[in-house]
Amino acid sequence: MSASSSSANPGASPNAAPLVGVVLVSHSAAVARAVAELAANLTGGAAEVPVAPAGGGPDGGLGTSSDLIASAARSVDRGAGVAVLADLGSAVLTVKALLADDELPSGARLVDAPFLEGAVAAVVSASAGADIDAVTAAATEAYDYRKV
Amino acid sequence: MNALPPDGPPIDAAFLRRWLDAATAAIDREAPVLTELDSAIGDADHGTNMRRGFTAAHTAVEQEPPDTPGGVLVAVGRQLISSVGGASGPLYGTLLRRAGKRLGDEPVVGAAQLRDALRAGVEGVGQLGGAAAGDKTMLDALLPALEALSGALDAGGGTAEAFAAAATAADEGAQATIPLRARKGRASYLGERSIGHQDPGATSSALLITAFADTAREAGA
Repeated sequence: MSASSSSANPGASPNAAPLVGVVLVSHSAAVARAVAELAANLTGGAAEVPVAPAGGGPDGGLGTSSDLIASAARSVDRGAGVAVLADLGSAVLTVKALLADDELPSGARLVDAPFLEGAVAAVVSASAGADIDAVTAAATEAYDYRKV
Repeated sequence: MNALPPDGPPIDAAFLRRWLDAATAAIDREAPVLTELDSAIGDADHGTNMRRGFTAAHTAVEQEPPDTPGGVLVAVGRQLISSVGGASGPLYGTLLRRAGKRLGDEPVVGAAQLRDALRAGVEGVGQLGGAAAGDKTMLDALLPALEALSGALDAGGGTAEAFAAAATAADEGAQATIPLRARKGRASYLGERSIGHQDPGATSSALLITAFADTAREAGA
């Protein structure tokens, strides 16, 4: 929420505006981690966006963990908003339930986007300093990218 | 100070804790059935997930017993959201938390208040999941249960009688999902192949409503 939280981000230069954070929620810990890594590696050396995977269930297997989602969102919150992308079913519903009960940082929102393509669009736009509305729009526009 | 509500005998935190005991036991007993139903049209984890969620909720409520009926429901809902791991976690969690918040801080509530709170919770389920009656989901047990509960209370029935009617309606609703085609969740990907199987979520909903009926009957309510 404040300048002090952005200066706590080791990836940001001291005077830069805080970047939007990105949380990637998947049923699979491996998928969340790999998509986060792929998206982060496509930013082309721009500012390092705070990205956190939140994959897998409460028992460590496939599923959704609200505790992982909440802690991931807190960890990437620099005060500029947090874009949360989710893959399927319970991942989407759990994020919605957490938002409805104000259990995510105040600037967090669920972004309606394809998981992988949306994650890349969100992270790349956030790395360019886009605000939360622009990051959301970029991720959602990923639905329009046709492959054939 | 707390006069008995005019619409029935008292429903307090102890009543809701007995409901949680009954619900946890029923989920534990029926977990293999729920998982088997879920293996037909889902991802074969509903029983395991519900058992994990209710075990965690039961433990949490035992350790820090809330002193109001609303508090018990909110605590159970919170635990389900954080420990179920499947879609039933946020769905049942939202149902119970919203119902609990509707009951507020009152130490004793009446059957009609509990019904209104459960209705608010079920509406929350519809909003969160975007499902409607006939989509082959837990709502196909919950909506008829609410209707039966309301009808019985409005007709002047007691709490036990009304929840017994709700349990019967929930069971019938769950069985009536067999010929339906799923329109929500993973089962919806199966299209026509989802027909002919009872919905696991509707089945667990019926167990939770039946636990209310058992609790009310044993309370002599």
